[in-house]
Amino acid sequence: MSTAKRLDVIGHARRRVDGREKVTGQLRYADDMKLPRMLHMKLLRSSHPHALIEAIDTARAQAYPGVHLVLTGKDFPVPFGIMPVAQDEYPLAPEHVRYVGDPLAAVVATDEQTASAALQLIEVKYKPLPTIATPEEALAQPEVRIHDYTDVGNIHRNQAFEFGDVEEALSKSDHVFEDLFFYEGDNHMAMEQHASLARAEGEGKLTLWSSTQDPHYLHRQLARVLQMPAAHIRVIACDNGGGFGGKCDPAGHEFVVSKAALMLGRPVKICLTREEVFYLHRGRHPVLMKFRTGVTKDGKLTGMHLQTLLDGGAYGSHGPASTFYTGVLTPLTYELPRFKFDACRVFTNKPACGPKRGHGTPQPRFGQEVQLDKIAEMLKRDPAELRLNMVTQANSLTASWLKIGSNGLAECIRQVVAGSGWKQKHGKLPQGRGVGIACGSYMCGAGVSIYWNKMPHSGVQLALDRSGQVTVFCGATEIGQGSDDVLAAIVAETLGISTKEVRCITGDTGITPIDLGSYSSRVTIMMGNAALQAAGRARDMIVTAVAEQLEVLPESVVLSRGRVFAAGDAAKSMSFAEAVVYAESKFGTLGTVGSYTPPKPPGKFKAAGVGPSPAYSFSACVVEVEVDEHTGWINVPKVWIAHDIGRALNPVLARGQVIGGVYMGLGEALMEEQVFRRLPPKLSSALVHKIPSLLEYKSITSLDMPEVEVMLVEDPDPNCPFGAKEVGQGPLLPVMPAVANAIFDAVGVRIDEVPLTPEKVLRALHLKREGKNPRVGPERFPDVPYPEPTFVLPPGEGGDGNESKMAKRADRVMERSAS
Amino acid sequence: MNTALQKVDQRKAHITLRVNGEEVEVSFAPYKTLLEVLREELDLTGTKHGCELGECGACAVLVDGEPLLSCLKLALECDGASIETVEGLAEGPELHPLQAAFSDHGGSQCGYCTPGVLMTAKGLLDREPNPSRERIKEALSGNLCRCTGYQQIVDSVADAARTLRERGVKA
Repeated sequence: MSTAKRLDVIGHARRRVDGREKVTGQLRYADDMKLPRMLHMKLLRSSHPHALIEAIDTARAQAYPGVHLVLTGKDFPVPFGIMPVAQDEYPLAPEHVRYVGDPLAAVVATDEQTASAALQLIEVKYKPLPTIATPEEALAQPEVRIHDYTDVGNIHRNQAFEFGDVEEALSKSDHVFEDLFFYEGDNHMAMEQHASLARAEGEGKLTLWSSTQDPHYLHRQLARVLQMPAAHIRVIACDNGGGFGGKCDPAGHEFVVSKAALMLGRPVKICLTREEVFYLHRGRHPVLMKFRTGVTKDGKLTGMHLQTLLDGGAYGSHGPASTFYTGVLTPLTYELPRFKFDACRVFTNKPACGPKRGHGTPQPRFGQEVQLDKIAEMLKRDPAELRLNMVTQANSLTASWLKIGSNGLAECIRQVVAGSGWKQKHGKLPQGRGVGIACGSYMCGAGVSIYWNKMPHSGVQLALDRSGQVTVFCGATEIGQGSDDVLAAIVAETLGISTKEVRCITGDTGITPIDLGSYSSRVTIMMGNAALQAAGRARDMIVTAVAEQLEVLPESVVLSRGRVFAAGDAAKSMSFAEAVVYAESKFGTLGTVGSYTPPKPPGKFKAAGVGPSPAYSFSACVVEVEVDEHTGWINVPKVWIAHDIGRALNPVLARGQVIGGVYMGLGEALMEEQVFRRLPPKLSSALVHKIPSLLEYKSITSLDMPEVEVMLVEDPDPNCPFGAKEVGQGPLLPVMPAVANAIFDAVGVRIDEVPLTPEKVLRALHLKREGKNPRVGPERFPDVPYPEPTFVLPPGEGGDGNESKMAKRADRVMERSAS
Repeated sequence: MNTALQKVDQRKAHITLRVNGEEVEVSFAPYKTLLEVLREELDLTGTKHGCELGECGACAVLVDGEPLLSCLKLALECDGASIETVEGLAEGPELHPLQAAFSDHGGSQCGYCTPGVLMTAKGLLDREPNPSRERIKEALSGNLCRCTGYQQIVDSVADAARTLRERGVKA
């Protein structure tokens, strides 16, 4: 009999380990916490989009009955920012406010009502400055400085990379397609508003409970801003009521409640209002894009030059990473021998943009996949076949030096094509109905930490004792995606017990080993691999002790379904708890650790650390639409999506992530937008948020949501725990372009701009009737002073992954002198 | 101190509620909503808030059997009312069929909208034991969920309705 045991837990549909608390209302989110002597805090936010603070008078607020403390920018001399290169934000703005909603003072009082009343008594004297509303204005008006640390005007980040000579590739192509696209910004709209509760403890120590996806990075920033030893600070990430990237940045209020609690010696809590969440934002960047793509007449890509311009809002946030992500993941899906991308992020007087599900990649994915649809149309090729004919291969390197491991993209395309009846539908449905296809790929965790270090990205600690209880500690953060369930499942499978027997203690910097956080779809892979190692070590101890006791070879000991037994000998069997007793007798108190560090990126050029990942997921999506030509209304009756997940650890949760991704993608495709308007000049020309409420910020409801048919493609990836790749972000990516492509199939118009609204459809139909180019989208791309690119030879052209300073320049000079 | 600086009048109001079958007396500042009284005075934090403006449905509870957004209702208006919240759904250790179905079908991801969704769904099933999928979607269209894409929520409600019908008991 083989000792290779079947999987008892992994791959089986299970109730998630934290499910019961959620359906009974017992789970404590940050704002559900209450402590004795707790006070409440409210923030005063700037009413100007761009101004200097000339004076703040807090005397009347301080004197208001029930007020315990008023803080302003002068109480916070140290700035913060999640990226080491963008520490440009203060918990409370000291002298310069940069958007309507920028926090500048705080009141701590006995209750929220009192704090709000006292806020009204703070007098602020502003000196208004000219405002920058758009990236075009930011580039055109460098003399208006939103930040003074930038080199040129309001350009926050500006970078360029070229992998092989793209101009040469384009010049040798049969066709070159040039297209402009625009993707509007949008908000995460997690249902839980951000809340934090701080408590001073012992001799000047601090505990902060917060709705944060990244307790570790918050921990580091708290130490910096509060100028306290990190060892004296404990951050507990409460279960998040949704994150989607909106709780990745440390937020001003987290520092302010902490400082207030330390100063007052009493717990202080804040919960943002929904309007404030729209000001804190950190959502999807609005991005303008230009694609120049070369193709051969038989439909192969030869090279691509992608230019992006990001509207960053008022602060750095994750901007340096966001900027890279508008380019780096583009080559993952289709063979692309040469690739160049220029990316520029500028500051504007609006809430800061940051990471939202797909972080910087949905925008270029939209452009890339819509352009492919245009290419297929021009070449008279089926868009699905065109894609299938050029998918990247497993175990390959892209021109940009990303290492692809397992790759189920072709299978994903085949499954959605078959499932949707694509061949009977594309180009064949009656006028007004259509189907569109698109693909996508996403990282399974960022290969490099946000700050440079050589330590593990995830750590797991396991404690077992004679009672048979297993407790697993990890800094990973449950934001609804099911990370606790993944952790419990991997430990349970390895130890042959049920997930009900595993207690998860997570997201607590005071007691859990460090995990970098719930971002970049890293948790299943990184935490999972660490858990696998920790649990494997515990298993080895149990096996050794039990083999000795049963007088069998360790190789024959099986742990399964709560029993530990010798394979093939039913008499030699014991409960898991009994087995732990033998292990504890033999080894003493039991505890193991595991950790995970991603493999080194294959690229060696500067900035090669953004984009590499231990593995990549792939998705393909077909969307069907019905377009009403009289109203422009777009109805989506059905979506088919196939996702290459490697292995679904818990199929119920995996499917939920896929459908949730489709939902969010449809919202972005059809309606969601974080937009601003200028007030009339007599009202200061201020730039204000158009719709900071859930009623006005349109999102998809249960009535709008179509049926989603999910196909999970399972081809286990050797770098991943039980082969499991990410599923939290990837499935969103193909949705928006698939909708746009379906609209073209339905009514023959191109909407090169997200969201795809009825108004734009009508405008395009009008152009079509007038015999004009039936397209709505951006018309021009501004002159962006992109830098000279870092040139790297692709692997296929003899590159070694380093920047190549000479090769291309020499060729160019020779070409020029010859012509 | 001048009058403008005087604290707002917070003399407490006092009412009686029947919450999840138990009679409770509660005192609170009169401006408080039913949501605030449940969460802050009665420590029933299962009921959530997502907007405080009646836009998201996270605060839905049943008042005298009717789904109601508790953030829009002054608690003062509820004297003598019977309130059902998520905390009252399970019977002892046994989950209500809606709770069990949400657990089995992935109806709850982050869980934040779940209490409001569960109470709205209970309001529906109490009235209509055999709703169509369309009818379920319609009933839940005021409850925003950002995680699930609603499909698994509708699956869960449909499954719970089936269980309840099979048991022949009222939800």
